[in-house]
This record gives sequence, C-alpha cells and structure tokens, in this order.
Amino acid sequence: MPQRPETLKNSETELQIFRVRAFLAILVVTLLTGLLMGRLGYLQVAQHDLYTTRSENNRVRVEPLPPTRGLIFDRNGEMLAENRPTYNLTLVRERVDDLDETLNFLIELLALPDEEIEAFKQRSRQRQRPYQPALLMSDLTETQIARLSVNRHRLPGVEVEAQLLRYYPDADIMAHALGYVGRINADELKSLDPGSYAGTHFIGKTGVERFYETELHGEAGLRKVETNARGRVLRELGKNDPVPGKNLTLTIDKELQMLAYELLDGRRGAIVAIEPASGDILAMVSVPGFDSNQFVTGISVENYRGLQQDLDLPLFNRAIRGHYPPGSTIKPFLALAGLREEVRTPSTTINDPGYYQLPNDSRRYRNWLRWGHGRVDLERSIAVSNNTYYYSLAHELGIDRLHEQMSAFGFGQRIAHDVQSESAALMPSREWKQARYNQPWYPGETLSVGIGQGYWQITPLQLAAATATLANRGKWVKPHLARKIGDTPLPDKLPETPADIALSNDGWWDDVFQGMEKVMTGEEGTARHTGEGLDYRMGGKSGTAQVFSLGQDQRYDAEELEERLRDHALFMAFAPLENPQIAVSVIVENAGGGSTHAAHLARAMTDAWLLEDETPDVEEVRETLEQDDANLDG
Amino acid sequence: MPWQQLTRSMRGYPVRPPDSGIARRKSVWEKIHIDPVLVGLLLVLMISGLVVLYSASGQRIDVVYAQSIRFVVALVGMLVIAQFSPTTFLRWAPAAYLVGVMMLLAVEFFGDMGMGAQRWLVIPGVIRFQPSEMMKLAVPLMVAAYLNRCQLPPRLRDIVVCAIIIGIPVVLIATQPDLGTSLLVASAAVIVVLLAGLSWRLIAFAAALLASALPFLWMSLHDYQRQRVLTFLNPNFDPLGSGWNIIQSTTAIGSGGVWGKGWLQGTQSQLEFLPERHTDFIIAVLGEEFGLVGMLLTLMLYFLIVSRGLWLAGASQDTFGRLVAGSIILTFFIYVFVNVGMVSGLLPVVGVPLPLVSYGGTSSVTLLAGFGILMSIHAHRRLLPR
Repeated sequence: MPQRPETLKNSETELQIFRVRAFLAILVVTLLTGLLMGRLGYLQVAQHDLYTTRSENNRVRVEPLPPTRGLIFDRNGEMLAENRPTYNLTLVRERVDDLDETLNFLIELLALPDEEIEAFKQRSRQRQRPYQPALLMSDLTETQIARLSVNRHRLPGVEVEAQLLRYYPDADIMAHALGYVGRINADELKSLDPGSYAGTHFIGKTGVERFYETELHGEAGLRKVETNARGRVLRELGKNDPVPGKNLTLTIDKELQMLAYELLDGRRGAIVAIEPASGDILAMVSVPGFDSNQFVTGISVENYRGLQQDLDLPLFNRAIRGHYPPGSTIKPFLALAGLREEVRTPSTTINDPGYYQLPNDSRRYRNWLRWGHGRVDLERSIAVSNNTYYYSLAHELGIDRLHEQMSAFGFGQRIAHDVQSESAALMPSREWKQARYNQPWYPGETLSVGIGQGYWQITPLQLAAATATLANRGKWVKPHLARKIGDTPLPDKLPETPADIALSNDGWWDDVFQGMEKVMTGEEGTARHTGEGLDYRMGGKSGTAQVFSLGQDQRYDAEELEERLRDHALFMAFAPLENPQIAVSVIVENAGGGSTHAAHLARAMTDAWLLEDETPDVEEVRETLEQDDANLDG
Repeated sequence: MPWQQLTRSMRGYPVRPPDSGIARRKSVWEKIHIDPVLVGLLLVLMISGLVVLYSASGQRIDVVYAQSIRFVVALVGMLVIAQFSPTTFLRWAPAAYLVGVMMLLAVEFFGDMGMGAQRWLVIPGVIRFQPSEMMKLAVPLMVAAYLNRCQLPPRLRDIVVCAIIIGIPVVLIATQPDLGTSLLVASAAVIVVLLAGLSWRLIAFAAALLASALPFLWMSLHDYQRQRVLTFLNPNFDPLGSGWNIIQSTTAIGSGGVWGKGWLQGTQSQLEFLPERHTDFIIAVLGEEFGLVGMLLTLMLYFLIVSRGLWLAGASQDTFGRLVAGSIILTFFIYVFVNVGMVSGLLPVVGVPLPLVSYGGTSSVTLLAGFGILMSIHAHRRLLPR
C-alpha cells in the first residue's frame, strides 16, 4: 500500500472508525427501507379502497346516450317537426398543439363573418373535462365540411361530428303554434336534472316544444366505457339504452293552418280555430311568423336584431299574447248575460235615438249609426251591432254582474290546457280598477265595457274559445293543442274546465244564434256581403277595435290616420249553426274600414273546414277584400 | 466444487481451507475477481426488472431486448473493471477527476442543449456523452484517494480540501442545470468523508449550516424546480398539470393492494395514465401489478444487495478500498430510496431512475461500473492471515 513517509497511518483505528460508520450506515439504510415499506403499506393496505376507486374513475368513463326527441305531427299525420342529421365542428383542446393558430386557420376555412369570430373563439375556451370535445359550430354547410376534410391532416383534435337536429319543415307558418327548441342555456342548466339531460344539447324554449318538453325529450341512457389516458374509448363495459321521446300528434290541421297564414300574409293579425265539441285547436296562427329553424342552431346576432327591431313584431305571438279590445264581437255574450241575469228577455225592445245617456248626465254615448236604429230587440241588436242596446244593458247589469258573466266565458283568464305562455289579457272589474289605479269605478266606464271597449282586452285564443263555448250552448271544453302523446289520446274531459253556462230557457240559445246568423245573411247584417252564397248556416259577429281613441262627437277619418293607427278588424264565427264543427276568431290589425276584412277571412276558414272538396282560393278572397276597401275609400 | 466455494464465500471472508497451512487456494470466483453472492442478487434484480419492463413498456419486446443488450454490455464492463487492481483506481483517480472537471467546463461552453439543460457533450458522429454521469464515480474516487493519504479521522484542513474537491464539479453540474445529478454526486462524495470519520461536531455544524441556507437555496432554484417542490407538498393544486404524475403514481401503487392486479393487468399503467411508466416511475407499475408483496420483495432484494455491498466494503483491507466501496453501495441505496420515495409521494419529483430496473442505458452502465470497482476492491486482497 503506497504511503507517504511523513504520514502515520494507523490501520487498526481507521478500520475501527469505518466499522462504526458502516454499522450506523446499515442502521440508517434499514430505517429508510422501513420507512418506504411503511409508506407502501399505507398506500396499498390502509388507503387501498380510496386508490382503487380513483383508478376505476380514471379508467371507466360514463358516457351519456341522449334520447332522440319525439316527432310532432298534425292531426292527419303530417310532419311538423322532425330530426335531421347535421354536422357539428368540435375541438379537443388537449390534442391541439397551438390553439390560436388552429382557430385562426378554422376561421379562414369556414369563412366566418367578423361579428361571429369572437363567439367562435369563446366557445373554444369554455370549461371542459380534459379530452372532452367542445362544440365550436353547428350546422356546417356542405362546402365547410368539404374544406375541413381536405385540411384534416393539418387539424389534429378537430372533428366533424354528426348530430340530430330539430327541423321545422313549415317554420314560418308553425312557429308560433309549435314553438322551437334551442341550445340549453346556463339558467336552464341549473334547474334541469343533470342525469336525464346529460348529453342533451337542446330544450324546448317556447310553445308545444316547451310545454311537452318532458314527453318529447325521453330518458337518457348510459354507456360505460374504458378509456386510456388520452380519452380514447377502448371498449364498452356496459350499456343502458335511452328511451326515445314520445311522438306528439297535435290537434292542428296543417292545411287549415296554412290557409289561415296565407289569408293574413302581408298583414298583421291572428286567426284561431277551435272544434267546439272537442276543444281541439285546429289552427292557431300569428302573422308575421318567423323562421324558427334559425333558433335551433343559434340565430346570428344580425338576424336576431332584425327580428327584434321589425315593427311588425314577428316574434310576438299575437294569437295567445296579443291584447285587443274585443269591440262588438262580444255582443252575443253580453246578450246572454242579460238573459241569465234576467234583465232582458229575447223580446225586450229598446228605442235607439242614435245615442244613450246616463241618468243625470248630459254626455251622449253614440251608436255607430248617427240617426239610430229605432226599435231594437235582442236578435236585431246583434244583427246590426246596435250600441245603444248594449249601453243600456251594461248599465242595467252593472260592472260587477258584467264581470262575473264574462268571466264565465273565460275572458280575463288563461283558458287553454297546454298553450305555453298564454296571456290572461284583462276583464276589468271594480276591484281591479281600485288595485290598479286606486280609483273607484265610474258608471260611464261600464258603458264602454258594454261595447267591448275601454279597459277590456282579449286574446284571439280567448275569443275563439268563448265562441266555441257559445256554439256548444254553454258546455265548456278546454282548448288544447295535443291530440295524442305517443299512443295515448288526451282525455276527453280535461281538468280545471270552467263551469258550464246554463240558461233558464234553453231556446234562448237559438235566439242568440239567429241574431248571429242575421249578421251573415240578414238584410241589415253587418257581414251580409261575406254571407252571400253560404252553403251552410253560419253565425258570426263583427267588431272593430279602436287603436286611436276619438273625442266626443269627433268623426273618424281613416284617410287622415297613419296606417298603423287604423282600427283593428275583428270577427268571431261558428258553423254550421245546428251542429257546430268550427269556431273561429279573426283579428286583422289596422285593417281599417270596419269589420268586413276579418269577416271574409272567417268565412274562408269555415268554408275550408266544412266544404270537403272546395278549398277556398286565397287570391279570390284577396280580390274581394281589395274591392271592399276600394268601395269604402270611395 | 462450485457449491462449496459459493457457500464458503457466503460464510465470510477470508476463509482458510481447513487442510491448508499457508495461503489457501483461490476459488474460480476469486480468479475472475467476482463476488458470486452480489452478482447473483444483481442478476435476480435485473431479470425481475426486465419482466416488469415488458409490462411497463406496453408489452414491447423490442424495448426489453434493447435493455437486455445494455445489461450485457454493462455486465461485461463490470467484469472488465473488476479485473483491475484497486491501486489502478487510486492512481488514476486524480486524472479521471481532472478530465471530468475539464469536460464539465467544456459542456458549460460548448454543450448541447437537451431538454432545456446543457448536459451532453457531443463529438459529432462519434459520441454523445454526459460528463456528469462519469463524475458520479470520479468524485468519490478522488476524495477517497485524497483521504487515503491523510491520517484518519480527517482534520479540518483535510475537510476543507475535500469540500473544494467536491464543490467544483457539483457547482458545475448544478449550473447545467441538473440539480438532481449534482446532489447525487455530492452525496456520493460526502458519504466518503462521513465514512472516513468526519467528527460528529462537524456533521452537526454542517447540518445547521445547510438548514440556515435553505431559504437562499430556494431562491436560487429554477421555476420548474420550485414547482416540483410545491407540487410535492400539494399534488391536488394542479391535478392535470404538475400534480398529474404523483397523483397517478400513488393511485397506481395504492390500487395494487396486497397482491396486485396481476402482470400486464394494471389499468393505470396499461392505459397510460401513469407517466414515465417505463423509466422513472417503473416501480409504480410493479406496485400496481404485483402489489405490496412484490414491492416488499423488491425492497428486500435491494436491502440484501446493499448489505452485501457494505459487508464487502468492511472486509476490505485498506482505507481507500473501504471508503470507495462504502460510497458506491450507499449511493446505490440513495438512488433506490429517492426513486421509491418520489414515486410513492414521500419526496418531491426528481429525475432519478430506479437502479437496474428503469429503462435506460447510462445509469445501468455507471452503476455496474461501480459494482465492478467494488468487486475489484474486494477480490484483490492479499491472502494473508490477519
């Protein structure tokens, strides 16, 4: 062993030192090995269950299988809402190398307009489970799909996925009756059951789609899959098939609905038709409509602004939410109220000098005919639409009885069974005025209500439902849109139907009906032009609703008013008289020129429903209308 | 008879044959300068490692094949090194040390960036070489060589010299930056000093100094290094980012239970939730598939190797041999402890492979070279009665 002479090395001491140190070292090694063993024992024995769960959660992913949404048909089995395959663009962030670069490339490929770029980028950043695809864009066009597939190799993590999407074949015509589905928003997400809506992206937003959401949606299924760390599915471990949503058959008749839409096309208004015996809503249109398909995929900002700012309010469902003064259309109901409260009999007559005056009041409440109708009984009061008769009737009834009687016909209430967002409109009362304006009710206001003006407001649906009840001789049937849910028909008698309306003499119904028939066919009938050549017996009642109120003794001049300040034309009708099969309400906004406009449309509807082989020609109806307008202007 | 020779060597050394009056006959093992017990244990470890590696690599036989080739090369290297006499190492230690430091300086100025750190020295077309790997052996050899000249226990002056010898390469490696390797090199060399009989007072003083320097060390760490420590303290802070590794490895080990999920049946490793599964985190695959039983057997195997190594060191006849052998075997244990500790969540994540099991050539070669030196020290003894 080489040793320096000056160093004195003591081998024995050094060996001794080393042996002590080596002994300590093996002690430390033993301790540390024990520590590792303890740690492993802790992980593998004490914490085994926890880590087993974690490892299972890693490996096993539960994928929701969304159910297919139920289809919607009309009463004859015509398709109103279907599911069509469309193609979506998805992105898995973890698989994308450079997110910004990829997004910019995609924007270029898809030729996105500037205002949509921000929303597009936003969607790529939404919080997501790792390796879960984020939806960037739905409803890709053929061109976009082609461009994406050509550049697929340059776009790792970007996929085009097929998905079933709601489609409405006659969107504009059906939009207000059906409603539409749209993407589930954050608020809805909070209230939804996460289990049954996992994997579902769309939910009914309005209309039937919303009311029957539960039935249409179905129940989600589940799929247990084993995935690797990159989220790729390796195999299926188990499956629970989804229960598809139920198909819905509506009471709507697509042809009648289309006719109603075409009749109103170009104007603003609503038509509701009900089958009195069943309460089936045969048609329910609000014009203008809108393309509800736009809302399914997410409407563009520009288009939505367009719809919102349109003066014609296409998004507004006039049929169920439009508030209109009923005008003279409610005179038959008031006549019935007089009979029920026994302030009148059918033969009671009054003398009409052209106006009505309250006792001790100089103000004259005018009939529409300046010189008056002379002696007027119930039948004639309806046929000529005499105001004075109803001023005095309203005064004799008083607002309290009037309110009670009109409520029995459903005015001021939501009366339909399954019409989403239906408005109650307004049937004024003493209590209402006190609460609303903190003012007492004045007798003059009762007179206004007596001719369907003043505070009184109805919806077209209410007017149609009341007409149907009238046609049923007081038997209430709740209006509804669904005919069958799946294979189960809607029950004949729906709950919460208002009480039926009874008269002390059942023959009095015929007196009211005859008055309504005279409207159409009588020499003095307000709609006698419309009633020409009727093949069946029809009862109707015209009405005009003032948009612009006139002062006393002021005369109305349609020409001087802007088109939008003209009166609304209203009409209610049912037919055939002896066996009513259809009750209709028509409202044409700012039609001007009295009620004839609405009457023609109502006749076209009853013709279409009752005359099997004779579908009314919309063009012909239009020509008649134009002629009428010309006559009035001249 | 080989068996007798084997048992004899296992009973301890030196053993004098009962019938011989003078120096006993050399056994076959002694002739080739090999300790059969240690080599046997190492082979068991390596073969078990290959079995685990097949599973951990996603059942790729080519990876196992490549690893086997490396093992064969490294074993041959070990045998060759074992043939040199310890005096050779003593003589060449200063030269190896100086060359190593020079190469570290070369890396500092001409080094190739790999994985964000300068660790490789490349002579184009010839060799890619990590000088820091060589220093794992060269530094402790140099310190042992120096202390061999001193009277032990070392005096303060000797300690200061040792500190300088250790400090230069450690700082150079740390600035590459490769903190893990620099700490391993430092600990290998410090173990030499400790075994040489560093006084307890100095040990206590150094420990206190280290503790007070911790805040400054923390400040000088790179961001990613700090992140590792923070992640270790709370892996759930960023479970999909830096915490992912440790969460997945503890999940793999814990879900293995007592008996494990079975070979090739570990979902954590087979479905690639476990990162670095065939390199640094391979022990988690073992833990998942072979359970606590497999883990304890593996740790026992390492413990036996370390015990045998220490015993061989203790049986060495000179100070240089003892110090070098002790350092080599204790450093080997540090590898095991740091790796298993890190994978099981006891220590922060540092890039230390599991000796002779993790996939990778460099560390196997270095480790087996160390065992070659160990056996050379053990086998080249003068066969004299004490």
